[in-house]
Amino acid sequence: MSVSAETPTLLRVSGLQTWYPIRKGLMRRLVGWVQAVSDVSFEIGPGQTFALVGESGCGKTTVGRSLLRLESPQKGEVHFEGRDLLKLDSDSMRAARQHIQIIFQDPMASLDPRMRIGDQIAEGMKSFGIGADERERVDRVRALLERVQLDPDTMDRYPHEFSGGQRQRICIARALAVEPRLIVCDESVSALDVSIQAQILNLLRELQDELGLSYLFITHDLSVVRHLAHEVAVMYLGKIVEQGPTERIFDAPAHPYTKGLLASIPSIDPERRGGAPPVLGDVPSPSDPPAGCHFHTRCGVVMDRCRRQAPRLFEIEGGRSRCFLAEHSDPT
Amino acid sequence: MSALLEVRNLRTTFPGALRPLPVVDDISFSLARGEVLALVGESGSGKSMTALSILRLVPKPGQVVAGEVMLAGEDLLQLPVTQMRRVRGARIAMIFQEPMTCLNPVVTVGAQVMEAIQLHDSMSKVDARARTRELFAEVGIPDPDARLDAYPHHLSGGLKQRVMIAMALSTRPEILIADEPTTALDVTIQAQILALLRNLQRDRGTAILLITHDLGIVNELADRVAVMYAGRLVEVAERKALLSDPLHPYTQGLLRSIPALSRAGERLPEIPGVVPSPDQWPAGCRFSTRCPLRFEPCAELFPEEIRPAAGRRVWCHEVERSMGGKGAS
Amino acid sequence: MMGFEPYVFSNLVTVAVLIGLGLLVRVVRRQRLWNEAARQLWDRRKLAIVLVGIYLVIGLLDSVAWKGGVPEDVVDVLPNAPLTLIDRVFLGTKEASYSAPLALVEFYGAAPLRRPGTHALGTDILGRDVLYLTLKGARVALLIGGLTSLIAIPLALLFGVGAGYFGGRFDDFVFFLISTLASMPGLLLLIALIMAMGRDTLSVCIALGVTSWVGFCRLSRAETLKLRELDYVSAARALGLSEYRIVVRHILPNLAHLIVITFVLMFSGLVLSEVVLSWLGIGVDGSWGQMIDGARNELSREPIIWWNIAAAGSALFGLILAVNIVGDGIRDVLDPRTQKGPT
Repeated sequence: MSVSAETPTLLRVSGLQTWYPIRKGLMRRLVGWVQAVSDVSFEIGPGQTFALVGESGCGKTTVGRSLLRLESPQKGEVHFEGRDLLKLDSDSMRAARQHIQIIFQDPMASLDPRMRIGDQIAEGMKSFGIGADERERVDRVRALLERVQLDPDTMDRYPHEFSGGQRQRICIARALAVEPRLIVCDESVSALDVSIQAQILNLLRELQDELGLSYLFITHDLSVVRHLAHEVAVMYLGKIVEQGPTERIFDAPAHPYTKGLLASIPSIDPERRGGAPPVLGDVPSPSDPPAGCHFHTRCGVVMDRCRRQAPRLFEIEGGRSRCFLAEHSDPT
Repeated sequence: MSALLEVRNLRTTFPGALRPLPVVDDISFSLARGEVLALVGESGSGKSMTALSILRLVPKPGQVVAGEVMLAGEDLLQLPVTQMRRVRGARIAMIFQEPMTCLNPVVTVGAQVMEAIQLHDSMSKVDARARTRELFAEVGIPDPDARLDAYPHHLSGGLKQRVMIAMALSTRPEILIADEPTTALDVTIQAQILALLRNLQRDRGTAILLITHDLGIVNELADRVAVMYAGRLVEVAERKALLSDPLHPYTQGLLRSIPALSRAGERLPEIPGVVPSPDQWPAGCRFSTRCPLRFEPCAELFPEEIRPAAGRRVWCHEVERSMGGKGAS
Repeated sequence: MMGFEPYVFSNLVTVAVLIGLGLLVRVVRRQRLWNEAARQLWDRRKLAIVLVGIYLVIGLLDSVAWKGGVPEDVVDVLPNAPLTLIDRVFLGTKEASYSAPLALVEFYGAAPLRRPGTHALGTDILGRDVLYLTLKGARVALLIGGLTSLIAIPLALLFGVGAGYFGGRFDDFVFFLISTLASMPGLLLLIALIMAMGRDTLSVCIALGVTSWVGFCRLSRAETLKLRELDYVSAARALGLSEYRIVVRHILPNLAHLIVITFVLMFSGLVLSEVVLSWLGIGVDGSWGQMIDGARNELSREPIIWWNIAAAGSALFGLILAVNIVGDGIRDVLDPRTQKGPT
């Protein structure tokens, strides 16, 4: 179930590149770049969940933050509701922010410890002019707290009085308060216990069904993705290496890294116990990625060509794969 | 296999507002020589504190107030501190979750491992360095000679954890306590570390007390599993038995909430509510506030241990009732 | 200034300060976090707080002056001079010269005192009651500590938070400024400024303020750098808040505990600095520092005259000790780490 040509696209990202300069010395000379995100393109339709998956250093968090211009991309386009967000001036960008919101990973750091949660939920409303007066905003805050299954009477409490899972619900309420159409969930359940994760994931699904929200779900945990996402893109060292509908990715992964990633997840099937680890070696640094295909240093089926040439994304049945093994299936 | 480590009625308390709160409450289990026992639970279950209690490293203001920790017949809790120090690191070693914070950033990793070696074995520096190099190779650190002189910040998370494992195993301990050893690592690196631990354990016959919340890791490494909830044990069983036929409702709920099992489109089964904080523990079974199978005795009466089969222990009124035991209403 | 006589100006400022304090108390009462902190502080440091309170009250009593009401027989004060409450209590107690505490006669020459046995701490070389001088010193000390901090802290915040939050050229500029100021010998700079601006209280306070804001500037810059990276700041930006509003609503309140702690600790440092300035001859008139400096010669007399320096020294010691104890208490109570229990 991927985004077809007829479905109106909510978000279209093309050729996104966000590199961080490395400066050394007294004169702050430019000595290199951390190639956090290179040439990333994808689309999200309304009511869809798109998952961006990868391990540390792959750039998925930078992609999420770049969409909201919390980072500064060098190249690329982010078309949202018909406008390229990267080209907007700061006032227009601030207005556009209403419809893209973000929920972070660490529930401790996502809320201001010295502000009451009711005020924090209402803050966005005030800045976008939602709610005619104080009373209406208070009513909306109470309704939102109920919607995320928290007691509305707790709106005068401070963040440290809540548990991690409850704080994440407050962050969801804060994001919902401004009536967004797309929410970037940046590792939003990674810091929670498994039983709480299930609650939050179910809540996110319900909200999606009820409000027609789209999610860009950023995570390293593939098992979470299977439950929530319609489409998945796997990232490695700043590039998308494979993309496709969730079921296809899980049932028939094409890229060697995706295969290794899936095989590395410890199974709870008591009959299956691991053998040799599927992917060896460490992740190279994004400031000095390997030549040719970024993954070739750890790939089990590396060919000579992979060391010299960097593959592009080839079209395959059910998505795309950045691997020379997929080249033959590409009609172009 | 005789029990190498036997923990009996261990209780560790932290001061609370009204009375001390037992974050480790009457825990008893045994660890056989060469066995891997997983201690499983979510945050607040007391699993990490149990490990710290065994090593008598409970941070103040907490303290171990009752119980026995028998290591080959000797009660560790009664040992004078000087002798306990010789146990720590030499007979029982521990590795932690965050290798970043466990390594001294201004000392090379080689020097840190050598320090651990020389602490427990009298050895010349040259010999210690050679031994360290051997260990680095054994734990799979590529280019070990160069890495001896590297500082922690030069190493990735996976490599740092390998250094920690090398340090822990350098003294050939009988028991290794691993507290969430792979939680901070990427999944591909985690697979490598788990394979390493499995191989080392098999080759050296080290017993491992593995503390984790991830049932997948439990399946990969453990022989037996003990599940903790809010400071108490709720179920102990052999790995296959626990994963294929869990008896306690908490274990069942935990297995069901793991996203991998459900297909997309289904609502994830969830355990409603949150883990109660220590000052809100009910008098009876601590899981009763969230248990779908709760009935009369559960909130008031703490279930006693029952042994439904060889090697299985469970604390649940419902299981007791379905077995036809006392408590049937 | 503006045709006001100094004492009227001083009265107005006192009233303003009182109103300010009242507002502060109201704000603290309404914010539960601060309320709880204040309560905890009171529980732990009652004695020190009461002591500081006593100094504050004495300083207050010496802050409001009015003219007139001078009895006929008092000769050492002009009938139309503005006098504070404390001045009036001690009106007409001036002797001719030194006398020991609670003495009946003068120290040198044993001439009878005008008011024998009433001078609890003796009199100084001009015959003024030492208790009177000590009480008056309280106001000076509070001014030096308080007013200077009120100058230094906003200055430090402006540059520090600005540099930390906005970075770039402004940060480079502030860094340059701080490094330059920090490399100058503080004392010499202080002396130069006081020589240039004059020796009245306000000038000394400004001079002290300008030379003591650097430390807190660095601290607030470092803390802002840390806070800026936290998720809730990014969340605020995602919610459409302008950078200015983010600084005011999210950064500054989370610096508040640092501000309070810095204020309290800076206070004692400043009062002690003024003692050094008095020793150099450029301190503020009427301060304890001046009393101590003036008493230097007295210590070498035979028999020794000790009550001047003892009174000023004890008063100084008492205030600084109390303020430091309260300051430590505030730090313990406001430290965000001690607010959460073990989870």
